[in-house]
Amino acid sequence: MNRLNREQLAELREKLKRVNPGFIKVGLSTCGVAAGAENIYKVFKRHKKEKNLKIDVRKCGCAGMCYAEPLVEVSLDGKSSVTYQQVTPELAEKIIDQHIVGGKALEGHTYKAEGENKQLKLVLANCGKINPESIDDYIANDGYQAVAKVLSGCSREDVVDQLKISGLRGRGGGGFPTWMKWNFAKGVDADKKYVICNGDEGDPGAYMDRSILEGNPHAIIEGMIIAGFTVGADQGYFYIRAEYPLAIARIQKALDAAVKYGLLGENILGTSFDFNLQIRLGAGAFVCGEETALIASIEGKRGYPSPRPPYPSVKGLWDKPTVINNVETLANIPIIFSKGADYFSKIGSKDSKGTKVFALTGKVKNSGLVEVPMGTTLREIVYSIGGGALEGEVKAIQTGGPSGGVIPKEYFDTPVDYQNLQGLGSIMGSGGMIVIDQKDCMVDIAKFYMKFCVEEACGKCFPGRIGTYQMLHYLKKISEADATLRDLKLLEDIAYAVQRTALCGLGQTAPNPVISTLKYFRDEYLAHINEKKCPAGKCKGLLAYKIIEEKCKRCGACIRVCPVEAISGNKEIGYKIDPKKCIKCGKCLEVCKFDAIKKG
Amino acid sequence: MAKEPFTKPTSRAPVSQRSQTVGKINKKAIGGRVTAVIDEIEVKVPMGTTILEAAKKVGIKIPTLCHHDDLCLAGVCRICLVEVEGQRTLQASCSYPIIHNVRVKTYSARVRRARKNILHLLLRNHYGECYSCEKNNNCELQDLAEEYGVTEYKFGHIKERRYQPDLSSTSLTKDNDKCINCKRCIRTCIDLQEVGVYESVNRGPKTKISTYLDKPYSDVICINCGQCVNRCPTGALKEKNDVSDVWRAIDDPTKHVVIQTAPAPRAAIGEEFGLAPGTTVTKKLNTAIRRVGFDRVFDTNSSADLTIMEEGTELLLRLKKYLKDQDKDVKLPQFTSCSPGWIKYIENFYPDKLDYLSTCKSPQQMFGALIKTYYAQKANIKPKDIVSVSLMPCVAKKYEAQRPEMRDSGFQDVDYVLTTRELASMVKECGLDLPNLPDSDFDKPLAIGSGAGLIFGATGGVMEAALRTAYELVTGQEAPFKKLRVTPVRGMKGIRSAEIPIKKATKDWKFLEGATLKVMVAHGTANAKKVMEMLETGQLNDYHFVEIMACPGGCLGGGGQPIPTTEAIRKQRAKAIYSEDEQLTIRKSHQNPVVQTLYKEFLTDGPCGHKSHQILHTHYSPGSRWIGKKPKVKAKKK
Repeated sequence: MNRLNREQLAELREKLKRVNPGFIKVGLSTCGVAAGAENIYKVFKRHKKEKNLKIDVRKCGCAGMCYAEPLVEVSLDGKSSVTYQQVTPELAEKIIDQHIVGGKALEGHTYKAEGENKQLKLVLANCGKINPESIDDYIANDGYQAVAKVLSGCSREDVVDQLKISGLRGRGGGGFPTWMKWNFAKGVDADKKYVICNGDEGDPGAYMDRSILEGNPHAIIEGMIIAGFTVGADQGYFYIRAEYPLAIARIQKALDAAVKYGLLGENILGTSFDFNLQIRLGAGAFVCGEETALIASIEGKRGYPSPRPPYPSVKGLWDKPTVINNVETLANIPIIFSKGADYFSKIGSKDSKGTKVFALTGKVKNSGLVEVPMGTTLREIVYSIGGGALEGEVKAIQTGGPSGGVIPKEYFDTPVDYQNLQGLGSIMGSGGMIVIDQKDCMVDIAKFYMKFCVEEACGKCFPGRIGTYQMLHYLKKISEADATLRDLKLLEDIAYAVQRTALCGLGQTAPNPVISTLKYFRDEYLAHINEKKCPAGKCKGLLAYKIIEEKCKRCGACIRVCPVEAISGNKEIGYKIDPKKCIKCGKCLEVCKFDAIKKG
Repeated sequence: MAKEPFTKPTSRAPVSQRSQTVGKINKKAIGGRVTAVIDEIEVKVPMGTTILEAAKKVGIKIPTLCHHDDLCLAGVCRICLVEVEGQRTLQASCSYPIIHNVRVKTYSARVRRARKNILHLLLRNHYGECYSCEKNNNCELQDLAEEYGVTEYKFGHIKERRYQPDLSSTSLTKDNDKCINCKRCIRTCIDLQEVGVYESVNRGPKTKISTYLDKPYSDVICINCGQCVNRCPTGALKEKNDVSDVWRAIDDPTKHVVIQTAPAPRAAIGEEFGLAPGTTVTKKLNTAIRRVGFDRVFDTNSSADLTIMEEGTELLLRLKKYLKDQDKDVKLPQFTSCSPGWIKYIENFYPDKLDYLSTCKSPQQMFGALIKTYYAQKANIKPKDIVSVSLMPCVAKKYEAQRPEMRDSGFQDVDYVLTTRELASMVKECGLDLPNLPDSDFDKPLAIGSGAGLIFGATGGVMEAALRTAYELVTGQEAPFKKLRVTPVRGMKGIRSAEIPIKKATKDWKFLEGATLKVMVAHGTANAKKVMEMLETGQLNDYHFVEIMACPGGCLGGGGQPIPTTEAIRKQRAKAIYSEDEQLTIRKSHQNPVVQTLYKEFLTDGPCGHKSHQILHTHYSPGSRWIGKKPKVKAKKK
């Protein structure tokens, strides 16, 4: 295939659109692969060959319903389709026999979406729809239309203006207006500029970016080309963490295909604009998601953040003006330019436009990716789309990863946007949402995130290095019934000190989980300290297992399972737990059939 | 695909690890000046000035810890935080360039509370107690704790060691337990000296300053210059302390303890006693040293003059061989060999260039050799009973004294090397008030040093001294500079060069008639590196003599000098040395009567003669044990 110009691209698109056969789509993102989708794909491929079926068997990205993987979508005519959930190889065979050969959809295994009407899929629209490894599929679905539009006569100022109208803000955490970032970099006079896609997604439980990278790689490339054109850069980098091998492979494939089609390289689409893209791998440091540390990492340095100003848009990679955008931000760009900035700005709330993808995980029924217009309430996300708690009752939701905070359910009617979440002491972050139920202890949650921060702290600035460590020290003390009220005060002291003094954004937000849990769940902390009790029964240090003599039938089941020989006694004298030896594993409680073991 | 703009490495330390500097903003291009209102005091500064610099201008002191005038920006300690109006968080003033008008508060309640908390966090991890620390009373962390009224360990205090100190070097020691990770040593070694011994390893609370693979100093490329020691704000990096050994020698009645004092410590030791930088206390120091208990105090300058005679003659001989005898194997330019840090640097990094070095020992080692031969004979003392001590501004001298080559007298030529700081502590231990002691002179027979020997202490000094003598030797006339000030080789510029045309050469040196002597001076190994690159690319082909000192500013900025040492302080010390030079009557090495007597009585076959080759010259060997050799790989156990 030769390099295309604009007309040829349009022709190609028309040609590709006419092809419209039936298909079998297998969700093959990391979530699907983990659930065994590769086997399913092989089954379909084999049957297609053996039975000489006319139907097309395709890969596609994650459609967001990760709890229902492996997902298979079957369409006989290319128009209406049926989606099967949790497909096993046996079920796959049945689908072939009954649905594809027999022409009748199977019942009982189809996927039924909950709260689909609450969602609005813009960024994820193509994920789970197109084959991420085929550029043709993307072009047929109006891909690269935005680039063609921008490169046919748009001035760089026009692009910035359109972005400004759209109201797009960074989806990586900070929520900085994208047009401003681009405008700064555009305004600086330099012989070389760079565009970087930040794909170093590291928040525990968040995987929106991975899904987009795996499911719709060309949209991000398109966004980067437009960014490069606008700021005047001719080189861009994908910075993707090495733990995302599938994303890296798909992006590389997409880059090769785009170069072949003349969408990357010299004279893109026959214009005088040159732009190259390469991949750089992150080596697993959370801090490298911070833009200055990311730049250091690409330069081959130790991933240390550096003080801002100067901001990267003025002095970034190799001291040149650099635009760094998050994956999701870049994936929004083609939408703005193909559907129009006005269309985009109509979605969302007053100051936060467009949609946001969230990774809804934790104690929730329908875990997976959701994309909702900004301004959707937390209640709608957790209950209407997420289906509510897995069991029991939702207590709170944690947003924004280790930089964010918890929001108790009393505030679930808050519309989600940048300001509101910040007002509640949390942040939008990159979009992780972890549902917390009554069995979760808030001290434990804060401890979990603080442990993460301590392990991932880069070690550069003093507050980030020692402050986080010291906070963890006090949290441990609290969870082990070893703390006093003074320790709580010291914990708060450090939390506020780190928040105000750390060098980079990650350090400054590291105390957020502590501060927000203290704000809404101080009583839980106080229960740990004053009553030496963990209300949720989670903190092992505060648990005690006891055998209630009246209920004990002296069956001896508990003594057999105890891994540390903490239970002593025999059938005559009864049994006792030695609290000093007990490691609070809960095994005895599990095996006791007579409710004779008390936890608390 | 576009080429990546990998910059050409200019440093052996990986370029990728070099630290960040405050953005060099072209102040003219942006134009104007901006107004900063700091604590309600208004100051106008050029755009791009940091808040810290602006505050200094109006006399406001912002506390710092990781910041050092010599080093690039780090922004890690967050002690210098200030409140900038309009900024959500507190900003580190050392790294905040002012690009528009700002209002700053440097000690608001928020700032004070934040600083205090950071201090407490630091103290929590800082092992040990102040009174058992060598840096007691000269520790920046301790000073801050005092300023901020720390009376208790708010967040607790570490009680057990986590790291073993590294005592493997002959010059310096490292104690990670006292380290606060300010990274000054890293920045010193990578950016200032371009050696690159240190890097921080691990993450989070496990972060520590480490050498390559955490090997001991003795196994890494450290050149022992001690610049890191001089910049360490706490007691984590220290010189190898020889004070107790020297006390033992002094207290031993069977030992004859002599000391030689170098010019740089004499111009700086006053700082340890509260005198302003740039106050020379040579004669008071002689008194102090005698009272401490040394039997004789000699002047290293006299052997510096001897060095000039030997090194100058060596140069002229090389020139003669090259120009007159057309021996093209002679290596020119000749490099000086006075700085042991530089010697180790070239041995480690340029082992194929050792022939360019002068074979002369450094003044300290020449002196050491003379004491246990010439002086022993003259004073009729057995060399084994002499303990030879030297007062040096340098920690690398400790290493030099222990080199196996430095035993030409049959004994270790110099037994102990004391740094300026160590001797100051001995003087203090005796309760002596140095600034108010009476004057006294050096002891004979090595009592006189010329001005030329004296200026060895400053960068360019060796070159200047050599030129004064060599020019006169060749032409019979004084070097053509007003008041003998060879200004082109003076100053603090990293690399300087000068050209001196030779006119009216005497009969012996006729082949030099009309030639132009081209010389170069560099200080700091970062600049030495540049010079060596010039040598490798042939840019030094027409040069004759190059002086290199391992430390910035030369000896007066050495690793053993009082802390702090900054550019401003170095300039003051240099000024003191140069003005003392001009007050002396003898300002040329060959006019030094001590040197003349030596050649008459002891080194009877003259400069570079047989005897002097025996005790005043040395040889070098490729330094690093792995450069040019295959590393041994342990066989795997079956």
